[in-house]
Amino acid sequence: MSTSALTEIIERYRGKPGSLIPALQKAQAEMGYLSGETLEQISTGLGIPFSRVFGVATFYSQFYLSPRGKHTIKVCVGTACHVRGAGAALQALEEKLGVKAGNPTEDLNFQLETVACLGTCFLAPAIMIDKDYYGEQTPKTVGKILKKYIGGGADAGTPDPEE
Amino acid sequence: MARFKTFKDIAKYREKLNKERDSEATAIRVCMTGCRAKGADAFSESLKAELKKRGLEKKFKVIETGCHGFCSMSPVAVVEPGNIFYGNLKPEDAEEIVEETVVNGRTVERLLFADPATQEKIVKEKEIPFYSHQKRLVLKNCGVVDPREIDDYICRGGYAAFSKALETMKPEEVVEEILKSGLRGRGGAGFPTGLKWRFANKERSDKKFLVCNADEGDPGAFMDRAVLEGDPHAVLEGMLIGAYAIGADEGYIYVRAEYPIAIAHLNIALKQMEELGLLGRNILGAKFSFDLHIKEGAGAFVCGEETALMASIEGKRGTPRVRPPFPIQSGLWGHPTCINNVETLANVAAIIENGSDWYASMGTEKSKGTKVFALAGMIRNTGLVEAPMGMTLREIIFEVGGGIPNGKKFKAALTGGPSGGCIPEQFLDLPIDYDSLAKVGAIMGSGGLIIMDESTCVVDIAKYFMTFTQSESCGKCVPCRMGTKRMLELLERITDGKGTMEDLALLEETADIVKDTSLCGLGQTAPNPVITTLKYFRDEYLAHIEQKKCPALKCKALLTYTVAEDKCKKCHKCAESCPANAISGQKKEIHKIDQAKCVKCGMCHTVCPFDAIELS
Ligand SMILES: Cc1cc2nc3c(=O)[nH]c(=O)nc-3n(C[C@H](O)[C@H](O)[C@H](O)COP(=O)(O)O)c2cc1C
Ligand code: FES
Repeated sequence: MSTSALTEIIERYRGKPGSLIPALQKAQAEMGYLSGETLEQISTGLGIPFSRVFGVATFYSQFYLSPRGKHTIKVCVGTACHVRGAGAALQALEEKLGVKAGNPTEDLNFQLETVACLGTCFLAPAIMIDKDYYGEQTPKTVGKILKKYIGGGADAGTPDPEE
Repeated sequence: MARFKTFKDIAKYREKLNKERDSEATAIRVCMTGCRAKGADAFSESLKAELKKRGLEKKFKVIETGCHGFCSMSPVAVVEPGNIFYGNLKPEDAEEIVEETVVNGRTVERLLFADPATQEKIVKEKEIPFYSHQKRLVLKNCGVVDPREIDDYICRGGYAAFSKALETMKPEEVVEEILKSGLRGRGGAGFPTGLKWRFANKERSDKKFLVCNADEGDPGAFMDRAVLEGDPHAVLEGMLIGAYAIGADEGYIYVRAEYPIAIAHLNIALKQMEELGLLGRNILGAKFSFDLHIKEGAGAFVCGEETALMASIEGKRGTPRVRPPFPIQSGLWGHPTCINNVETLANVAAIIENGSDWYASMGTEKSKGTKVFALAGMIRNTGLVEAPMGMTLREIIFEVGGGIPNGKKFKAALTGGPSGGCIPEQFLDLPIDYDSLAKVGAIMGSGGLIIMDESTCVVDIAKYFMTFTQSESCGKCVPCRMGTKRMLELLERITDGKGTMEDLALLEETADIVKDTSLCGLGQTAPNPVITTLKYFRDEYLAHIEQKKCPALKCKALLTYTVAEDKCKKCHKCAESCPANAISGQKKEIHKIDQAKCVKCGMCHTVCPFDAIELS
């Protein structure tokens, strides 16, 4: 992140009560993840001990301390999706991408994540890639969908929930 | 835009809007929240384009609404007048709808809902069994109004209750009205809202907070999200009334960051309220001021717990603390803080407007009003359902929900998510209310209602919830941190076929300890899924332990994989996928699985294109 963007965020939240989490959220939105350096600057800028900044950044699952893959795959492991076989779809994705959930692929093209309920239980088991939903996923269908995002641009592929 | 300065201004504004809108009797209400996942935006765009092409866009309005509830028919839309319900819409359907319904006033048969039993088509939304058994109070505007238009809400009587409270009632009278209505907190525990407000009202302090809990942590539930996305002003009006009743001048809405549409709609709503003078200083000219902020959660289930939620708003790690002091006594930055759930607040305006007697006439003796459920799992009609308290589980599952698909049998219903329990078949006629559910060991919870059929393994479900609570335990207290971990290990041993009777005894003992000694509700309720499944489905645990069998054929390690020779098309895919080289046979030969080598990973079953791998 350009230092000026970070300085701006820090200026905006300095001295305001309860501002650490929004400051971290904004900083992460700017650069995709929170590096040690960013955390240090926020700590100094907001006058909050580094240990507390680090504690908060590691407590919440939304904060990432390392670089992320370009396309985020969110596999719903909510209850409705679980009873309809989300586990098998997740396992297939992990095998295809060669990473465990919570990690980026080696080429940084994908970020594999799990979430608890996407709010689309009627699509169970559901996955979401970037902003697109794909319903009724099985180990067989997930592979096809991945292909749309390999080699293409950010908006490769339109959602086709029938697949 | 107008700016309200006195009580009368709202009513005047509503009158004016209604006069202007008289001519707009025809409209189509398209769900643009949940249904987006199935292409509702493309349909809406194509509909607007078609109307424009024919120069009908002024006469016939497209209203982009929140969730209609009937998600398994997604994307859905309703044409007014006529209440015609269309489902499973595709962009191509827009032209026919405009030609047939808008221009010629006919229905498009093929887009109507068909009764699964008789195949008879049903035209009107309100006559579809999914809707006709419901009582939509909290959801009355969801799927009807454009949630981004405060005018839509005001037209339908919005903010009348708030102005009534402010003009004609003392704060204490508002509190008493809510108390008399019998409204109980919808966030899970069911604490009487009026009582909470009375305590808050009585606190002496120059600063008080009202917080709306929109963290919705149950992994398999989306009631609060639907209300915030589809009718945010209902919640915000409830907050204004609540703040007036308890004497709060500042509020927070703590909402899951995973709900971007809800956050967007809330931001729009707040801006419109500010413009109209419904937030800020001396609202409607009264001695009442209120500021409201949105706080995005950062992904931690425990932050739904009220003390953890406050820590999170204060910018700290969201760990719970011991109560007392209760938030009402010492909450945000030490000030009295009243925390209410989204759905609780969405009930408030209707109670003030129609009176507590009206509200108390619905429901059972100790549970009044309605409850919204997110119905999902092995059920035909997945979606959002609002049932009067006291409706039986049978009615919800088989009438509203349309029963279990694929000819399978009902096994159990799960309420309350990871804090809840399972309800077996023998209790299908149980009236759904706080006390009846507690009696059978389950809880009302926040409204997640997951249906399981005979293909679901209860031990697997107990393990699933324990995996969730174990990873979401904040780690502050030992019973929860260590107990959930140990319970998960025991459940894993059982589903892996390594469990012993001693493990089962230890599991039960640990469950009791964790329940009794954890610091907050997360740990105190985490053993519930284990306890209830053990109570009602002990046989299934025993089958896993003694016979090393999973009766529902779910637990991989307990299955035997064999090739069905009549189905095998000799494609060799299974052998290629097997990590243990346990499958013999070449292309063009029937394959065989060597049981001694099989590691039961299930890969062959997954990859076989012909379903030739059988489980037993
Ligand atoms: C682990 C845990 C998670 C919770 N999650 C939520 C939640 O997501 N939403 C909610 O409204 N209440 C949740 N609660 C309950 C809140 O602590 C609190 O009781 C509730 O918000 C009060 O509102 P009500 O009286 O209107 O129900 C949770 C409690 C616990 C122990
Ligand atoms: S449980 Fe997966 S979308 Fe709700």
